[in-house]
Amino acid sequence: MPHRYPNPKRPLGWMGMQRGHRARPLEWVAERFILMVSLSAILMVLLIFVFVVREAAPIFTGRMNSALIKETIPVEKMDSLSSRELRDYLELTPEQFAAMDRDTLRLMMEVKAEAMNELPEYIRDDKDARVNTTKWRYMLLPHRWTGYDSPEYIWQPVGQIHKYNILPLIIGSLKTTLIGLLFSVPLAVGAAIYVSQLARPRVREVVKPMIELLSAIPSVVIGFFGLLVMASVLQGIFGYETRLNAFVAGIALGFAVIPIVFSIAEDALTSVPRSYTQAALALGASRWQTAWQIVLPAALPGVFASVVLGFGRAIGETMIVLMICSASVVSWDIFDSARSITTTIAAEMAEAVQGGHHYRILFMLGTLLFVVTFVSNMIGGIVMNRLKSRLEGGKA
Amino acid sequence: MPEPLIQKIAVGSAAAAAAGSAGPLIEIENLSLHYGASRALKNIGLTMKEKLVTAFIGPSGCGKSTLLRCLNRMNDLIDGVRIEGEVKIGGCDIYGSDVDVIELRKRVGMVFQKSNPFPKSIYDNVAYGLRLQGVKRKSELDSIVEKSLRQAALWEEVKDRLHTSGLGLSGGQQQRLCIARAIAIQPEIILMDEPASALDPIATARIEELILELKKDFTIVIVTHNMQQAARVSDYTAFFYMGELIEFDRTASIFTNPRQKRTEDYVTGRFG
Amino acid sequence: MNGTASPAARKGFQAERFDFASFFFSGLTGLATLLILSILAVILINIAANGWSGLSWHFVSTIPKKDFFNPETTGVLPMIIGTTIRVFLMTIFVIPIGVITAVYLTEYASQKAPLTRIIRAAVNNLAAVPSIVFGLFGLGFFINFIGRNIDSLLNNPGPVWGQPALLWASLTLAVMTLPVVIVATEESLKAIPPGLREASLALGATKLETIVRIVLPQALPGIMTGGILAISRAAGEVAPILFTGVAYYMASLPHRLTDQFMDLGYHVFVLSTQSPNIEQTRPILYATVMVLLMLTFALNLVAILIRARMRKKLRALG
Repeated sequence: MPHRYPNPKRPLGWMGMQRGHRARPLEWVAERFILMVSLSAILMVLLIFVFVVREAAPIFTGRMNSALIKETIPVEKMDSLSSRELRDYLELTPEQFAAMDRDTLRLMMEVKAEAMNELPEYIRDDKDARVNTTKWRYMLLPHRWTGYDSPEYIWQPVGQIHKYNILPLIIGSLKTTLIGLLFSVPLAVGAAIYVSQLARPRVREVVKPMIELLSAIPSVVIGFFGLLVMASVLQGIFGYETRLNAFVAGIALGFAVIPIVFSIAEDALTSVPRSYTQAALALGASRWQTAWQIVLPAALPGVFASVVLGFGRAIGETMIVLMICSASVVSWDIFDSARSITTTIAAEMAEAVQGGHHYRILFMLGTLLFVVTFVSNMIGGIVMNRLKSRLEGGKA
Repeated sequence: MPEPLIQKIAVGSAAAAAAGSAGPLIEIENLSLHYGASRALKNIGLTMKEKLVTAFIGPSGCGKSTLLRCLNRMNDLIDGVRIEGEVKIGGCDIYGSDVDVIELRKRVGMVFQKSNPFPKSIYDNVAYGLRLQGVKRKSELDSIVEKSLRQAALWEEVKDRLHTSGLGLSGGQQQRLCIARAIAIQPEIILMDEPASALDPIATARIEELILELKKDFTIVIVTHNMQQAARVSDYTAFFYMGELIEFDRTASIFTNPRQKRTEDYVTGRFG
Repeated sequence: MNGTASPAARKGFQAERFDFASFFFSGLTGLATLLILSILAVILINIAANGWSGLSWHFVSTIPKKDFFNPETTGVLPMIIGTTIRVFLMTIFVIPIGVITAVYLTEYASQKAPLTRIIRAAVNNLAAVPSIVFGLFGLGFFINFIGRNIDSLLNNPGPVWGQPALLWASLTLAVMTLPVVIVATEESLKAIPPGLREASLALGATKLETIVRIVLPQALPGIMTGGILAISRAAGEVAPILFTGVAYYMASLPHRLTDQFMDLGYHVFVLSTQSPNIEQTRPILYATVMVLLMLTFALNLVAILIRARMRKKLRALG
């Protein structure tokens, strides 16, 4: 055998090795590219927040005015206004404002003043016509509207006076969500205990994917089922008056929440180390006693997390509630109708004028929803992570 | 098959004497490796010669595999590993700032403890490294694949099913496939990390024969927990304990006349 | 046994007394499981029983006239096509981004680095954003920001890009399903034995070569599962497309990215809430739901089968 070293195909000795990382520009570029792309998840969350807030910004900064009758500024005073004040007064965007010359602006001021004067008598006499209903005070606190005897919470975005009190919507959301959770959590957690602790492996292998299949049913289909089938059945059982109410919506919502609560609770329960349960079983505890006294307490934070994440899912669900009930009333009675935040956004966006106060308030509701689900997801995630690292620590 | 240990060693050292003229290929100077806060290797100094088999022995956790992985910088893949000291191969510091790790690994091949053929055909497994280097011509690939498989003593067993999955082979065959894959790209050094630990005695014997055969062309560093194996295949042996190099000498000396007490205790089976 | 025999030994291992609590609570949790399964069964059986009769070749191959509430003349072809196209476009956007992100998270990122944790938290949060908020985002970002700016760049006289369109709906859905693809791909990447990567690197492959030649081919079933799960999730979603592209009625099929489209899920919503005569619409409503369900379930089934095959293969790999 001839001496084959150094290999004839390569440069002599080991010097060829010393080309350094600069020898692989493609690798370098690809690595940077992969990093960039993977930042897109962060970017998307930021973009969602920024662009939903952006459309709602005038509400947050108080620059929106929904009053029918506004203080008119006489045309003569035009020169005493700063361009910013003039722009706000005429409700123009910066681009529109920049494109207009002085005469057009003057004309617009005249038209505006005239329009105010031409409003019918009954509106000019209405004290609420001067109210800017997009102020937080009117969106959150009750107000005694013209024609009402006492202060009320009213969401009524169409009509002469735009009433934007969001409390009915918040109550609607909470009402349906709570009914959904009350219905789904016991079932889902019970099933999770059964599947993870008590059932035989073969049963588990069949049941688990079946319950997860429930999450594959689109929410319009659950909404449809609630509307066409459940509503009448439940009315027949409970005998209430309004056929489509928060109760039906809540139960249907529960169908959508069950798979989430189930899979997270099941995950938490199965992550309890076997050494715990085997110790208990070895001491003569029954399967049930082990599940109830050992496993469930150890996994309790996970069960809590599943409920929090289920809450986030339920409060953000749109189509189910939209299809089943949508009247906005302030009532905690579960057999009354309800209108949730999501429903309101979905149903009213089409008729809201782009850039108008109604449109902006719907985006404000979107922001609220985003923040609520973000926070509940954070809480759920943190609780779940802590639990897992603690249990894994116990495993060692 | 169990020959007297002493006789085997005598054969090994005769071979060592014959090849003893070659110069040092791998020089390790004052090498320390930190993993997080702990120090896995302590001031290792070692010189390995060309075309010889060097065995690393020692109880598990002594750092022998870690040191082996320093030689082709596989430790770079682990977070939190820090290395001090020098490793020179062919006179070139492989931890130098401008060294291309990829080029290094083409020249320092590796065979792992657990056989890990790619889930591809036998042919594609062996051709993988060549294709990485841009070899495309079918005839060239064919001839190198055949040569490598012959060298790894696998050709006769697989020549009729080169295009079936490498995962269909037995454990010993898989490990020889991994060796064929490593030698296909003609490295100068082959690192073997307990290559026979998962194999039965017959497959192990075949791997050992193969190592003695490969020694003609390659410099081999082998980690093993099996002292008889070290005695059978290696020319030099290094004994490690708790991250330190206790003794390094000709294999015959280590096994017949160790200078250190701990080495003697280990090779005579008093601990480990 | 030493002198003090246990009670069980004395009675020959029979239970001392009937454990009522154990029986009761095991029964209760079993009942909960059964109830959930029966909800699933009732929904599916109800839909299948009522929907089957309405299904016909005519129904799935007809482009309906404006009055699509009429059971005689209606069909769902444009909705099937609209849903298919929007979902297909979405896949083109979401798969590359999702796979690359998963590759970064498993192959490149240091698992303890703050950046990695932030990316993971973002993925988690993205999965929890309500679908209607995605709709608002699509409207605010894709249509009002990107679309309008394209229009003003191109000097279009009216809005072409700055209005609801197939493209914007697909992009919105792509953002929504990004976590699904990332999580599924990551799972399959993690299942690949590290030994394969080491073997490739030890042969002098670069990290990128290892990923392209060894890791990704192995992860392909997982990537496909992720894509299919994303599709099945997106196919039934209505809320995100409400403001970003869906149309109540269109006389022709969409043929440009800037066209609006009709959609199966949205059609279910329209049929069930806006019908002038719900009794008359009922059969076609059921049939539409049936088509939608068959589509999503078939996709889910494929995903489950691929995953099962992948698991088996990986187990064989050890």
